[in-house]
Amino acid sequence: MTQLPEPIIELRAVEKFYGPAEARIQVVAPTDLAVYPGEILALLGPSGSGKSTLLRILSGLSTPSSGQVLWHGHPLAGPCPNVSIVFQSFALFPWLTVMDNVEAPLKARGVPAHERMRRSLKILDSVGLDGFETAFPKELSGGMKQRVGFARALVVEPEVLFMDEPFSALDVLTAENLRGELMELWQGKKMPTRAVFIVTHNIEEAVQLADRVVVLGKNPGRIRTDFRIRIPHPREHLDLRFHEAVDYIYRVLTQPDLVPTPQPEAEAPAAAAPAARAKYPMLPHARPGGIAGLLELLNDRGGRHDLYRMADDLALELDDLLPIVEAASLLGFLTVQEGAAEITPEGIRFAEAGILRRKELFKVAASSHVTLIRQITRALASKADHTLPDEFFRDLLDEHFSEEESVRQIETAVHWGRYAELFDRDASTGRFFIPEETAPASGEEFAG
Amino acid sequence: MSFPPLSRSLIRARTWPLVVDAAVFGVVLAAIYAILTTVHYWMGVVTPAANISRSPRALPGYALYSLVRMTVAYLLSLVFAVAYGYVAAYHKRLETVMVALLDILQSIPVLSFLPGVMLAMVSLFPTRQLGVELGSIVLIFTGQVWNMAFSFYSSLKSIPRELREAADIYRFSPWQRFLELELPFGVIGLVWNSIVSVAGGWFFLMACEMFVLGNHDFRLPGLGSYLQRAAGAGDTPAILWGLGAMIAVIVLIDQLIWRPLIAWSDRFKMEQVESGGAVSSPILHLLRNASAVKWIERRTLQPAWERLTVARSFAPRPAPGPRRIWLVRLAQAAGLVLVAAVVLYSAWQAFEMMRGLRGTDVSITLEAAGATFLRVIASLLISLVWAVPAGVAIGFNPRVARLAQPIAQIAASVPATALFPVVLLGLVRLGGGLGVGSIILMLLGTQWYILFNVIAGAMAIPSELREAADVFRFTRLQRWQTVILPGIFPYLVTGLVTASGGAWNASIVAEYFHFQGKIMTTLGLGAQISSATDSGNTLLLLLSTVVMAMLVVTVNRLVWKPLYRLAETRYRLEG
Repeated sequence: MTQLPEPIIELRAVEKFYGPAEARIQVVAPTDLAVYPGEILALLGPSGSGKSTLLRILSGLSTPSSGQVLWHGHPLAGPCPNVSIVFQSFALFPWLTVMDNVEAPLKARGVPAHERMRRSLKILDSVGLDGFETAFPKELSGGMKQRVGFARALVVEPEVLFMDEPFSALDVLTAENLRGELMELWQGKKMPTRAVFIVTHNIEEAVQLADRVVVLGKNPGRIRTDFRIRIPHPREHLDLRFHEAVDYIYRVLTQPDLVPTPQPEAEAPAAAAPAARAKYPMLPHARPGGIAGLLELLNDRGGRHDLYRMADDLALELDDLLPIVEAASLLGFLTVQEGAAEITPEGIRFAEAGILRRKELFKVAASSHVTLIRQITRALASKADHTLPDEFFRDLLDEHFSEEESVRQIETAVHWGRYAELFDRDASTGRFFIPEETAPASGEEFAG
Repeated sequence: MSFPPLSRSLIRARTWPLVVDAAVFGVVLAAIYAILTTVHYWMGVVTPAANISRSPRALPGYALYSLVRMTVAYLLSLVFAVAYGYVAAYHKRLETVMVALLDILQSIPVLSFLPGVMLAMVSLFPTRQLGVELGSIVLIFTGQVWNMAFSFYSSLKSIPRELREAADIYRFSPWQRFLELELPFGVIGLVWNSIVSVAGGWFFLMACEMFVLGNHDFRLPGLGSYLQRAAGAGDTPAILWGLGAMIAVIVLIDQLIWRPLIAWSDRFKMEQVESGGAVSSPILHLLRNASAVKWIERRTLQPAWERLTVARSFAPRPAPGPRRIWLVRLAQAAGLVLVAAVVLYSAWQAFEMMRGLRGTDVSITLEAAGATFLRVIASLLISLVWAVPAGVAIGFNPRVARLAQPIAQIAASVPATALFPVVLLGLVRLGGGLGVGSIILMLLGTQWYILFNVIAGAMAIPSELREAADVFRFTRLQRWQTVILPGIFPYLVTGLVTASGGAWNASIVAEYFHFQGKIMTTLGLGAQISSATDSGNTLLLLLSTVVMAMLVVTVNRLVWKPLYRLAETRYRLEG
């Protein structure tokens, strides 16, 4: 391994957790991560793996619960002295013109008016926004808005340019175009920036842009693999090495328990942290309808299919596909191996059944494999009136998840319970109940 | 030299701004004159009981005085609301207290402050007209500031996270953050709440321009006192003149101030895509194109903006040292102790005073509270009976809406208190009493809130839902049960809350009236507050005010909050 240069920003044993000390929820496990000059670093991971949290800690927007953030080797308090962020939602000020938006960071630095104007015009020119100076953001298309976002970020000549899923709010073609232009600026050294840090959930985007890819796991967020990509630019999607890199990341992401072996082309600068086991199984946020659709498709394709190609076929982002795959595998309808999904006999039965039969199969699978669903049905069955308030389950979940996640867990459980006709929830009273026709005799054990 | 064929339109395009410029200068001159006159009058020797003329020629002057009171009170409210909202949104420890305080202050009937505020202000400036004037201004201020403060507070709390982070990462100075992020984000809420507040302000202004306090007779020259005097004398032409002037002033304010403001605030919408249907304002268009306005803007606003938003130094903020933190903590603790001491002392004093109450006072107060409560309910029911069908009919029919809305808006904008004397005159002629008459008076103020909210609700019902009702041939009853009532429910709740608040406040002026040299009154909490004010019975005033505030807060908690929750969960129209 060659001697690494001095990092610009470095995280040392950085952790993030929420909640009170005795019942805290870990969002990010102790993590070391450094941003070196001259590299584009991509951070990949499923939702809930703390990607955005890490970006906000690195840029100094949020402070870690423990551990150190070093800026050129010195500890940091408050936002980093010289970084910029390009946001997913653009975060332009809608009441300011394009020009005023770009000038705003310069005003904060006390740059006088004529100098501001000169620098802003120059940067607007380089991102192709000539002639749009007096337009308001709402008059621009999504791609144009993100160009303003880039111009505003670059005008302060940041040492590190942070990007938080900068292309995910754009359509495919616009995103591809902008990525190309970004690489042109970076490769041609037309960007006054020493490093780029991009958070994304698009694997191909990461492989196309990055010199180094860090893949995160969830519950809690932690680094699972950290490797370099040495394919020369411009990178072609049809290139075999490109395909291998994408496939490798897919394998890591779809098998949460796998301790990844380094990719042949890659070289890991830091050892991946050991996978911490989650204590309480988490419901993946997928609807029963989505699960059924996926199984039908899989069954039609002969029962086994590459996840990477499936995402392509369905025009789905990884973030949207993964929960459905996870849910189907949790229910025992499919298994995932080497980045490919294989349908189980139970899954085939489900895919080929009619509406009512499907509900029954789902009910059996959910009550035998899914902890939360089982807990809710049992708790309701043991009550004489078969009802319980939200808070009962919220308390249960709050010990394991953040408040936000608990709410989502309950929402998903309600979808599943309704589909399986196991239980229902009254939104206005916030109580769970067992619908009349399915209510079992009090105290009876349910399918388990 | 010959003109090109298009010269006519070119000349028109050039001369218009000239006319506008002249108009702008005219307005500036008039404003300066108005300020000078008002200051001269305010600094003049105190004449608490001005002689109110009934001549229509006095009206422009009276309108000016009323308008100045409104303007000063509004500006005060604006500054206070922004400051209050800002502190409440950013000071974690004060936040809960300040928001709860807003809730309570909104429920306290403003008019029961009248005696205390007036006497305090008069004793502050015993030799100047300023004292009495300030009293009325402070009253209007307390009537309109709270909803504006709450609006700004909730705007600040709902600024999208990424916009905040953008301001953080680019390290905006506090001033730049305020002027380029926080204030613009709150502008739309502030404008709409200002309109509501100022309408409420007229209501109180009309009531507090002319009143009796023990043996003091306060009469401030203004539109409200003019109307009261005209009605008291049964002078119909004067009443009509007064109402006409009132409506003219309100329509002018709407056209010259609110419409341009609404049109201007359109650019602060948080939308990412341009939407149609924006409010247009010819006045704003003219102002934007007047070169005089541009000239003034270039020389005043722009440099000031530059000064404020551009940071003077760009250095990392030094972390407060241990010594400073200690000092800040100490100051905070001292402040807290001081506030707590003042609150405790006043509460103790009030409690001590209440101990002097006799049992009969309490029982009468409770009886009066019951009577007013019934009146409030009656006025709400009557409003519901006519405003819901009318609102739905207007909302479902765009052609009717175009005709009816401006008329209803003008009718609604005339403050109920300005109409009181006129209605009373009618009541007296018909031989009716205040027992039922006061319900009509309360109705004057409350029905509009319900009507406008129902119209908005009916317009918000997606046409697909109505079409579905047509396709399935719903009966009239079914249509109301399944489409219309659930659809307008959230709006109806909002209208009812505002209307009930308005009705309670109106009871103070509606149940007790000096009229044609007599006092007209009926049993009620409002009447009790007014008569206690008149006779200077602080004890009874305190008791009735507390009872009324408690009633309003209790009804809010027990009735409106649950209904709101229901509206938000069950009856929300989502895409």
